[in-house]
Amino acid sequence: MDRIPILRMGDCLLVTIQVDMHDRLALALQDDLTHKIHASGAKGVLIDISGLEIVDSFMGRMIANISAMASVLDARTILVGMRPAVAITLVELGLELPGIQTALDIERGMALLRARVGKVARADG
Amino acid sequence: MARFDPIPLRNEHDVVAARKLVRDVSSGLRFSLVDQTKLVTATSELARNTVVHGGGGSMLCEVDKRDGRDCVRLTFEDSGPGIADMQLAMKDGWTSGSGLGMGLPGTKRLVNEFHIESTPGKGTRVVIARWK
Repeated sequence: MDRIPILRMGDCLLVTIQVDMHDRLALALQDDLTHKIHASGAKGVLIDISGLEIVDSFMGRMIANISAMASVLDARTILVGMRPAVAITLVELGLELPGIQTALDIERGMALLRARVGKVARADG
Repeated sequence: MARFDPIPLRNEHDVVAARKLVRDVSSGLRFSLVDQTKLVTATSELARNTVVHGGGGSMLCEVDKRDGRDCVRLTFEDSGPGIADMQLAMKDGWTSGSGLGMGLPGTKRLVNEFHIESTPGKGTRVVIARWK
């Protein structure tokens, strides 16, 4: 079965979704990511959806689940790259993704994640 | 009026195919990017309902004129268990368990026209339309 690749960058995981995902692929990503956070001890997850032409309620739920599972495993999730038309549609659909941290692009998302993860590390140390 | 062959909706790959067809048709008609996105998102919601709740069915895509404007009309049909309580199903925030409870009322907001009829034990038919 197809899999969406998960890249590791330091203590963060990066996922770039570039295909129109069918539902099982979305569920597989949710599982893979949760396992990878656990296995790698990653503190942050960046999900880039700039390649997604739509986000419907199923994908929205998948994103919310990933964020919740990551949070339980002590990792923060940031969603980046949402297209304007997708944002407009999501809000009209009634799906505002409460509690999901977002950034405009990968660069800003990574900076945000680094700042947060760094802060946590300093507080721990 | 143009009419495409109905496409089967049996599994999640068919849902992707339905999205692609509606994307191609609406971009071919030069719908704005936001309108395309809304229609494709509505397609995805309804096609998934047909597969997951309706036990499979089909989608018919037709292109028509509505008051001189290009219009895409989509009909989703299944012969599944149907919807017992339509008022409840159309209520914002209600979910049968597999989504975020945005399904039908959310989808309705994404299109210009939305009709649903369902007979318990017989099936469900949803017709939506969006025009330029």
